[in-house]
Amino acid sequence: MVDEATKSTLAKIPLLKTKAGPRDGDLWIPRLKEEYQALIQYVQNNKESDNDWFRLESNKEGTRWFGKCWYIHELLKYEFDVEFDIPVTYPTTSPEIALPELDGKTAKMYRGGKICLTDHFKPLWARNVPRFGIAHAMALGLGPWLAVEIPDLIQRGVVTHKGSDQAKS
Amino acid sequence: MATIEELNKTRVELREKLEQETRKVQELKGTAKREPIAKMSAEVVDSNPYSRLMALKRMGIVEDYEKIRSFSIAVVGVGGVGSVTAEMLTRCGIGKLLLFDYDKVELANMNRLFYQPHQAGLSKVEAAERTLREINPDVEFEVYNYNITTVDNFQHFMDRIRLGGKEKDKPVDLVLSCVDNFEARMAINTACNELGQSWFESGVSENAVSGHIQFIVPGDTSCFACAPPLVVATHTDERTLKKEGVCAASLPTTMAVVAGFLVQNVLKYLLKFGQVSYYLGYNALQDYFPTMRMKPNPQCDDTHCRKQQQLFQEREAAKPKVEVEKVEELAAVHEDNEWSIEIVSETTAEEAQAAQGDVPSLTHGVTVAYTKPVQQEADSSELVSNTELSLEDLMKQMQSL
Ligand SMILES: [Zn+2]
Repeated sequence: MVDEATKSTLAKIPLLKTKAGPRDGDLWIPRLKEEYQALIQYVQNNKESDNDWFRLESNKEGTRWFGKCWYIHELLKYEFDVEFDIPVTYPTTSPEIALPELDGKTAKMYRGGKICLTDHFKPLWARNVPRFGIAHAMALGLGPWLAVEIPDLIQRGVVTHKGSDQAKS
Repeated sequence: MATIEELNKTRVELREKLEQETRKVQELKGTAKREPIAKMSAEVVDSNPYSRLMALKRMGIVEDYEKIRSFSIAVVGVGGVGSVTAEMLTRCGIGKLLLFDYDKVELANMNRLFYQPHQAGLSKVEAAERTLREINPDVEFEVYNYNITTVDNFQHFMDRIRLGGKEKDKPVDLVLSCVDNFEARMAINTACNELGQSWFESGVSENAVSGHIQFIVPGDTSCFACAPPLVVATHTDERTLKKEGVCAASLPTTMAVVAGFLVQNVLKYLLKFGQVSYYLGYNALQDYFPTMRMKPNPQCDDTHCRKQQQLFQEREAAKPKVEVEKVEELAAVHEDNEWSIEIVSETTAEEAQAAQGDVPSLTHGVTVAYTKPVQQEADSSELVSNTELSLEDLMKQMQSL
């Protein structure tokens, strides 16, 4: 099940209206605007609740997204590059969020650093087409993934803090 | 002093050794290659790679085996299932293969068949093409090292299906999906629905103990989007399935079984023998193989699927009436309360169905991965509001946060 905190975070992200993907021509523009509106709202919510944890931007077509996400562990900030493409079948299928620099460092990833989602993600996404967008994928997919995997990666010494002595990752 | 016999024995041994070494040198130089063969022959000699296949004709199984050379097949994904599939087709003497994959060979792939440790680092399609050409130089290849689901590549992918036939600018005869994720399957489904292209879907479960193949003829059978993803029930409790710490497991055995099922049905379809399975499941724990055929869903989410259904109906209506053998078909969407939900007096059948969503009627041993309840109307306060801002304004606002 999705935990209560994630549920209440999700509830505060506006739902999207337009069912359109990057191959749908003119319809993609309103969808893209909705994506940005939802993302802006979500980042603002995060800031207000003192839980700011990512930034994203896209190419002008809105088909390729990139940015940063970070995780605070024992008062240290660990930052990672995030990237993903919007698949041609979006929004029927969710974007596959990737953290390329962690590729090969954890078993909870597919090739290319794509994060391995929980069994709950896909059904939940499928039931909420077209209302869920990128902001929802971040909240439901990447957020919980970081919370579970990063502490583990730090503990195993696979990820080290960039400001510290052995600053390398 | 050595006797004549002893010297003779040494001479024989040395000659054998020399022959072995000569063969090794030939292999290294690549001069031990098998040369292309212009015409398939049924002659049974040890130098004819097709003699055992052509024997299928003499035995009355296949009417015209040589026809295999006129077919072109696109294999999407050349991992555990796709590489073995491509090798089987190559050894069978298929006319042309188009291979699509964006992955590289890794040592972590070595629990599966086909690739070898020395190929680590090469793109899978490149490594596959090299090996397959060695096995059978009669096969024509086109290989593409890209991800088909991105906007940039998808159009090219569709064009190659449409124009990649054995004969110039004709479509391929079949597309085989050997990918390992939902997104890529949906992309293939989208392409094939738009093009009216028949294809086979195949898959192995993430716990490696079940698999399936499905033959999809747009308009005639259920497409990949007609119902939620199907799963072969292995009676392992999904809730106790340990997924901590890993994404997926894999076994060379399950993958080879699925590849074998896939190519067997491809051969039956192309060379017109036996019966083609529309859905064939494989439960490896109980060795159970459910089969079925599913009708398309008239309310399928994919507009091109609905369009193909209409075209199919029109083609059927135009055909002269012939008695056909009745095959039991299962409707993709069943109106009845198939899942025998306990209906309390206050709940109507409609309400129960709405809570569950449309559930296809399936054969024993096959189930859906999840259901899609009918969506409730969203409260307008929950939706994004209309905005006067342009996309550029919003992009700037996002950047300035
Ligand atoms: Zn369909």
